[in-house]
Amino acid sequence: MIAQSFDYESPGTIAEAISLLQKYGDEAKILSGGHSLIPMMKLRFARPGYVIDINNIPGLSYIKEEDGYLKIGALTRESEIEHSGLLKSKYPIFGDVSKLIADPSVRNMGTIGGNLAHGDAANDHPAAMLALRAEIVATGEGDQQRVIPIDEFFQGFFATALKPDEILTEIRIPIPPEGSGGAYHKLERKVGDYATAGVAVQLMLDYGVCTYIGIGLTNVSALPLRASRSEEILLGKTLTDDLINESAQYASEDCSPSTDLRGSEEYKRAMVKELLIRMVHRAMDRAVAE
Amino acid sequence: MEIQCKTSKEISGMGHPMKRKEDARFIQGHGRYIDDIKLPGMLYMDIVRSPYAYAKIKSINAEKALAIPGVLAVITGKDLEKYGLHWMPTIMSDTQMVLPTDTVMYQAQEVAAVIATERYIAADGADAVEVEYEPMKPIVDPHTSLDKDAPLLRPDKPGKTDNHIWHWEVGDREATDELFNKAEVTVKEQIYVPRIHVASIETCGCVADYDKIENKLTMFMTTQAPHAIRTVIALVAGHVGLTEEKIRVISPDIGGGFGGKVPVYPGYVIAIAVSFLVGKPVKWIEDRSENLQADSFARDYHMTCELAADKNGRIQGLRIKTLADHGYTDAAANPSKFPAGMYSIVTGSYDFQTAFTEMDAVYTNKPPGGVAYRCSFRVTEAVHAIERMVDRLALEVKKDPAELRMENFIKKEQFPYKSALGWEYDSGDYHAALKKAMDIIGYDELRKEQAEKRKEGKLMGIGISSFTEIVGAGPSRHFDILGLKMFDSCEIRVHPTGKAIARFGTKSQGQGHETTYAQIIAEELGIPAEHIQVEEGDTDTAPYGLGTYASRSTPVAGAAAAKAARKLRDKARKIAAYLMEVSEEDLEWEPGKFSVKGAPEKSKTIQEIVFAAYTNHPLGMEAGFEAVHYYDPPNLTFPFGSYICVVDIDNKTGEIKIRRFVAVDDCGNIINPMIVEGQIHGGLTQGLAPAMYEEFIYDEDGNLLNGTLMDYLVPTAVESPHWETDRTITPSPHHPIGAKGVGESPTVGAPPAIANAIVDALSHLGVTHLDIPITPFKVWKVLKEKGAAG
Repeated sequence: MIAQSFDYESPGTIAEAISLLQKYGDEAKILSGGHSLIPMMKLRFARPGYVIDINNIPGLSYIKEEDGYLKIGALTRESEIEHSGLLKSKYPIFGDVSKLIADPSVRNMGTIGGNLAHGDAANDHPAAMLALRAEIVATGEGDQQRVIPIDEFFQGFFATALKPDEILTEIRIPIPPEGSGGAYHKLERKVGDYATAGVAVQLMLDYGVCTYIGIGLTNVSALPLRASRSEEILLGKTLTDDLINESAQYASEDCSPSTDLRGSEEYKRAMVKELLIRMVHRAMDRAVAE
Repeated sequence: MEIQCKTSKEISGMGHPMKRKEDARFIQGHGRYIDDIKLPGMLYMDIVRSPYAYAKIKSINAEKALAIPGVLAVITGKDLEKYGLHWMPTIMSDTQMVLPTDTVMYQAQEVAAVIATERYIAADGADAVEVEYEPMKPIVDPHTSLDKDAPLLRPDKPGKTDNHIWHWEVGDREATDELFNKAEVTVKEQIYVPRIHVASIETCGCVADYDKIENKLTMFMTTQAPHAIRTVIALVAGHVGLTEEKIRVISPDIGGGFGGKVPVYPGYVIAIAVSFLVGKPVKWIEDRSENLQADSFARDYHMTCELAADKNGRIQGLRIKTLADHGYTDAAANPSKFPAGMYSIVTGSYDFQTAFTEMDAVYTNKPPGGVAYRCSFRVTEAVHAIERMVDRLALEVKKDPAELRMENFIKKEQFPYKSALGWEYDSGDYHAALKKAMDIIGYDELRKEQAEKRKEGKLMGIGISSFTEIVGAGPSRHFDILGLKMFDSCEIRVHPTGKAIARFGTKSQGQGHETTYAQIIAEELGIPAEHIQVEEGDTDTAPYGLGTYASRSTPVAGAAAAKAARKLRDKARKIAAYLMEVSEEDLEWEPGKFSVKGAPEKSKTIQEIVFAAYTNHPLGMEAGFEAVHYYDPPNLTFPFGSYICVVDIDNKTGEIKIRRFVAVDDCGNIINPMIVEGQIHGGLTQGLAPAMYEEFIYDEDGNLLNGTLMDYLVPTAVESPHWETDRTITPSPHHPIGAKGVGESPTVGAPPAIANAIVDALSHLGVTHLDIPITPFKVWKVLKEKGAAG
C-alpha cells in the first residue's frame, strides 16, 4: 500500500502539461482527483515514473450552458456536480450518477474528467455519457482541440481515444430539448462499491412518442456499453410496458458480464433487464414532469 | 427503563450520561496511536509476503533489495533460526512461524522482513526481494483436511500424523441421543458462521526500542493485553538476557481491537529481534491489506445443529457437531481450558432437559486464528446456532417464533440457573426483554401486515433473537491464559487535595474506560468523576491484569475499581470518626461525605478526609490514601437481550432493506447510559456486517479473493439502519456494582435477528435456512430457484 517512488510535476498551463507528457511519454500519468490513480499506485498496479498534477491549471472547472451545449470542465469535482443547481434542475441524471460514486470524501476530490479518462467500464459516468451522447474535448499540442464522440472514446481496458500527448479538458452534451428526461441507477453491494450492474437512460417524449433514446450500461462488459438494440426498438414508438420489457431483454442479452464476487453472469443480466425497465420509467416520469 | 442515580451530576457516579473524558483528545486529532510514535534514529520494517497458500521456499535473494540506498538488512527465517526465534508459541499452546525456513502455509504469510531508514524505502526493498517458490496443492476446504490423501500440514509437530488439532465435547451424549430417538419433533440444519475479520480502523503495529546500555526493551505495541505480553516476551526472550523487569510494554491509544489485538503477530517478534540486535528503535506498521489478509481471523465454524421438541414446540434437547477451521495453527485467543471458548453457552435462553455438543478443529492453508471478535470466545457462533434453530423449530411446529420463545425461556424465578452444559447463569428476565421489544416494534401489527403483504406477493420478514451472553472471564479456578489467572486489577491513589489517579490492568480500545472507571470510583467515594484520572496500558505503572477483551473490563476490572474504592471508604470512615471524635458505627455515608447519625450538620467531606490522611491521620494508621485490588470474579456475568428486525425484500433484485431494528439489552446496572448506547450502536453494526456483508472467500488454490476493503465489505453508516435501543435492568447478584458486560451483546445478538428476518420473509416459499452473509445475489438465487423472482 505504498507507491513506488515517482517524480511529481505540477504544471500551471495546459501547454506545459502537454510538453511534460511529450517529454516523459509512457512513463507519465495525469493526476486529476487521484481517486483511481493513487489507489492503483499504492497497490503498485500502476508504477508511473512521473505524475503530472493538473490541479493547478486554471479554467478547467465549470458547469455551464453555451452554444447549445452543456459544458463541464474536466476538473469539475463530483461534489460540484452533485450540488450544481443547473444540473439538479435540468439534468437530474447527473445527480443520480454522482450520488452513487463512492462516498463524499471521494467525491470532494474525484473529477468527471478523471472518471472518463480512466477508461474503466466500472465507472459510472461513461454509461450516462453514452446515454446523453456526449462529446469529449481533448486538448493537445499548441492548444489544438479535438472533439471525440463518446461512442469512439472508450477503446479498451483502461484505454481511450486520447493520444499520449492529449489531455481531456471538457465534456460537452447537446442540450436536450423540452420533454427530455434521464435517469441512472446501479446496484452496488455497499456504498463505494463498483456496480454489480448499472443502467443510464436518457429519452425524449413527444406526445408519448419516444423521439430520442440513449441507453448506457455500467460494468457488464469490457467497455462501457451502448445498448443499441434496446434503443432502436424504443425509438419512434409509444413506450408500452411490453416494448420496454423487450428493450430490457435485448440489453440483458447484448451485454457480456462476467461472474465475480458481485454475482453470477445470469444475475447481472437479470439486473440489467430490471434496472433498464426501472430507469426508462424514471426517465419517462422526469420527461413528463419537465 | 429509568436509571436511578445515587450521586449528583457534579459527582457523576453510576448512571450519569457523562460525556467521555477521552473524547477531547480524540475529536481534536490528538490521540496518540502507535504510528504517531517517532523516536530518534528509528528504523522501519516492511514485510515480504507469500503469494501462495502452500509452497516450498526454494530461495530468497535479497541482492537487489540490499542494493537500494537506505535498505539495511533483509531478515529471513534462517536468520531467526540462529537465535531459536523462527517459531513462537500461540496462546493455545500451538506453534506459529515467525518467519518460515522452508515452507509457507497461507497466502500473505510473512516470508522475510526488510529493515530500512525510511518507510518508503522499506516498501521498495520488500518489493525487490526475490523469492522462488515451489507451489503445492493447499487444503482450503476444512471438510477435506482429514481425508486420507490430504497432505500433512504440520510435519514439524512431533508424532502428528493427520491435520486434526483437537476434539472437544461437553454435555451428556447418551441422554441426548436417547432423547432425540424418542422426540416427537426434531429439526436439523447445517449452519455456517463465516470466516471474517475484525477490520479495526487502526491496523496493528509496534515500535520496538531496545536500549543496549540499560539492557531495557520498551515495546510500544497495539495490544489489548500489555501485561500478559510483557510476561510472554520475558518467557520467550529470557534466554537472551531480557528479563521481565527489563521489559516495558506500552499500549498507547488504540483504534479498535475487537480481539484482533490480543495475539502476538510475527511482525512484533521480528521488530523486537532486530531492535535487540542493532540497538535502535524499529517501527512496524501493517498496511490495510496486510491487516486483512494475514492477521487472525474470527469465526469459521461449520455447525450441524439439531433440536428436539415435543409436538407443541416445547424444547427438550440440543445436539451440535462442529468442524472448526483454524488455519495452519491454532492461534485462537481463548482461556487455556476452553479450546472452543464459551461455545457451551449454546443452549442460550432456553430451558433444556439435555444437550450435547462436540467439535473437531482442523488445520488448513489459511491464516491462523480464530480470535474472539467482539465476542466472549465463540459466543457469536453459539448464539447464531441456537437462535436460528429456535426459528427453525417454530417453522416446523407452525408456531409464532415469539410465542415459541416465550414458552421455552428460562423463567425469572429459575435464576441462578444451571444450564444443561454446566454454566450457572447469574440472573435474567428473558420474558420481560422480549415483551418490551415486541411492544416497541408493534409485533402483532407487523405480523398482520406481513400476512397482507404475502397476499400481494410482497416479501416482508420479521426476525427475533433472544440471546444470552456469557462474559467477564473469569473465575481463577477455571480461567487462565498461558497459566495466568484471569483476574484484573485497579490501583487508586487519591492525592492530598482530593483528586485521584486510578490505574488498571485492562486497556481501552475505544470502550471509554477513562470515563466509566472514573464513574465507578466516583460512585463509591463521592469524588467527582472529572477529578479521577484513569490510566492504562503502561506495564511500568499499572497493576498487573489480563487486559481488555471478551467484555471483561467492567465485570472484572470494574469490580476491582469498586472493591479498591471500598477499601478507601473504610479507611475514610476511620479517619472521619477520628476527626469528629465519634465512633465509626455512629457515622453515615452518603456519596461524598460521612455525617454523624442524628446530627447531619456534623460531617466531613471525602476531600477533607483525604487531606487529613496526609496532614492529620490518626496515630497508628498508615498515612496516605491509596488502595489496590485484584478482583477474582466468583462467576461470569450473563447479559442478555431481545432484538427484533423487520426486513423488506425486493423480489426482482434480491435487495434487502432493514426497515426497523429494535434492540432491548440488559447488562445489569448501567455505569454510563450514553456509553452503553454507543457500544450497542457499534456492536449492532458489527453484527450487521457478517449477517449481510462480510465473509472471506478463498478460491481452490487458497487465494483470498476479497483481501482489500474494495471487496471485503465492511458496512458503513449508509448501510446501517436506524437502531432503536432500549433496556431492561436485571442486576448481576454477584458483581459488586451489579453490572454485566455489554460491548459484545449486540455483535452476538444481531446476526441471527437479521438472518431470521430474511428467512422469515422467504419461509412461505419453503426456505428454512440461509447461511450468512445473506446478500441480494444469494436472495435472488433462492427466489429464482423457487420460481419467485419477479
